[in-house]
Amino acid sequence: MSQPAFSPKSIDAEAASWIERRHFGPWSEADQAEFSEWLQRSIENRVAYLRLNSSWKRARRLAALPSARQSASPAQKSNTPLLMKVAAGFVVLTLAGWGSAYFLLQPRDRVFSTAVGGHETVTFSDGTRVELNTNTVLRARMTTDQRAVWLERGEAYFEVKHDPVHPFVVMIGNRRVTDLGTQFTVHREKKRMEVAVVQGRVWFDDPGRTSENGTLLTPGDVAVATASGTSVTRKSLQALTAELNWRQGLLVFDKTTLADVATAFNRYNRVKLVVKDPVAARVLVGGTFRANDVEDFARLAETVLGLRVRHTADGIEISH
Amino acid sequence: MVKRPDIDWEGAAVNPPGAEQAARVDAWFEEHVLPLEASLMQFLERNWRNASDVSDLRQEVYVRVYQAALKQIPEKPRQFLFATARNLLIDRVRHESVIPIEAASDLESLEIASDVPGPEHAAIARDELRRLQAALDHLPPRCRQALVLARIEDLSRTEIARTMGIAEITVSQYLTQGICALADTLAGKPPKPRRKT
Repeated sequence: MSQPAFSPKSIDAEAASWIERRHFGPWSEADQAEFSEWLQRSIENRVAYLRLNSSWKRARRLAALPSARQSASPAQKSNTPLLMKVAAGFVVLTLAGWGSAYFLLQPRDRVFSTAVGGHETVTFSDGTRVELNTNTVLRARMTTDQRAVWLERGEAYFEVKHDPVHPFVVMIGNRRVTDLGTQFTVHREKKRMEVAVVQGRVWFDDPGRTSENGTLLTPGDVAVATASGTSVTRKSLQALTAELNWRQGLLVFDKTTLADVATAFNRYNRVKLVVKDPVAARVLVGGTFRANDVEDFARLAETVLGLRVRHTADGIEISH
Repeated sequence: MVKRPDIDWEGAAVNPPGAEQAARVDAWFEEHVLPLEASLMQFLERNWRNASDVSDLRQEVYVRVYQAALKQIPEKPRQFLFATARNLLIDRVRHESVIPIEAASDLESLEIASDVPGPEHAAIARDELRRLQAALDHLPPRCRQALVLARIEDLSRTEIARTMGIAEITVSQYLTQGICALADTLAGKPPKPRRKT
């Protein structure tokens, strides 16, 4: 176990040293056990750790500001008030965002789309990968000085090659996602827009509303924007991973109601699942299914769940 | 660049299985108590003569608050925090051979703010980035550089050592100092103190 030969003088120094070791690693199970033991040894240790870790986590938010980076070199210390810089940044970005929105489709724009049940991967010249889920339309403008895409419909997963000079921007309606070194998904369904961050971080805002400052999203954050506003919740890594199974063409359910299962399948298939029976709609389903094989699911619903399955003109009707 | 897992599922690694109560108290403490630190420090500095005791006093207030919260999470964190601080100061006054007069008189008439959300909560979102930036600017230059490279540029320990031209162990030391100093400058020493202490 590699441990820095650093003798802490106080509880704060010990706590800070744990934060440093945990951040950089290597971090073994033995380290974890030792750390847990240290935390539980006294409340003094615990509150010192909570306090330092809280400001350490907060420091992360500075990453959203270009000016913070300048602090890395002590020689160049700018006197411009920080808020001024931020404000200037917003103005420029806002104009850029709206200016380009007025040109609906410029010749250099490229459009990528998938049909219902489709799944496509696009790799741009800068190395950024985008996976399009079912029934998705994405417009892209990748030039030497601009990296922007518009999600017109559907869902996409982004693995962005980070470039602080030319941030990668995803526009979803009037909302904007700015990449800060990231893997994330964006899902648009009518007026509802969802952004989930898997790795790294993104800046999420509405460039049309300068009064709203925007939000920094970190791994596990899921932001949902509707006409009435934006809310951010956190999901476990497991839950996020499960939702990304469409990348393998899979749907994963865990205690999901049949009503929600039907909605999920119907995104991927022309043959629709119809669940009119309220009792059947509440049946809980778990398991992994191929997203484009609704017939297979219907068979399992019949044989395993004991539900009644009928093929009708509307699609496949499931009842109790 | 070395890729490290970037996921900080707060608390996940902190709490051994079965320590749900501690996890709840941790979250409560972080959300409701720690943001009040600037006010708490002002209060302690105003009411205690010896400024060099203040960090120890703060630490002891935190321990008492946390201990109480393990039994039951106080409904009014602000009120509870300041009541605890006041009681601690009174205890200390009783144990000191020389009673600091100003402390004693202040404590008699001490009014504890009610749990109306303090200015901290309203201001915190607005001022957060400015505060962070100011706190960062107040750190010793080498500590600041190490902190920025680690936390903002996301470099590994090895990469920071190379960038700064120092040994990895020195990176650890700068960063450890920087983490402590950041917490102090963020809460204890506001960049623009409104009140002379």
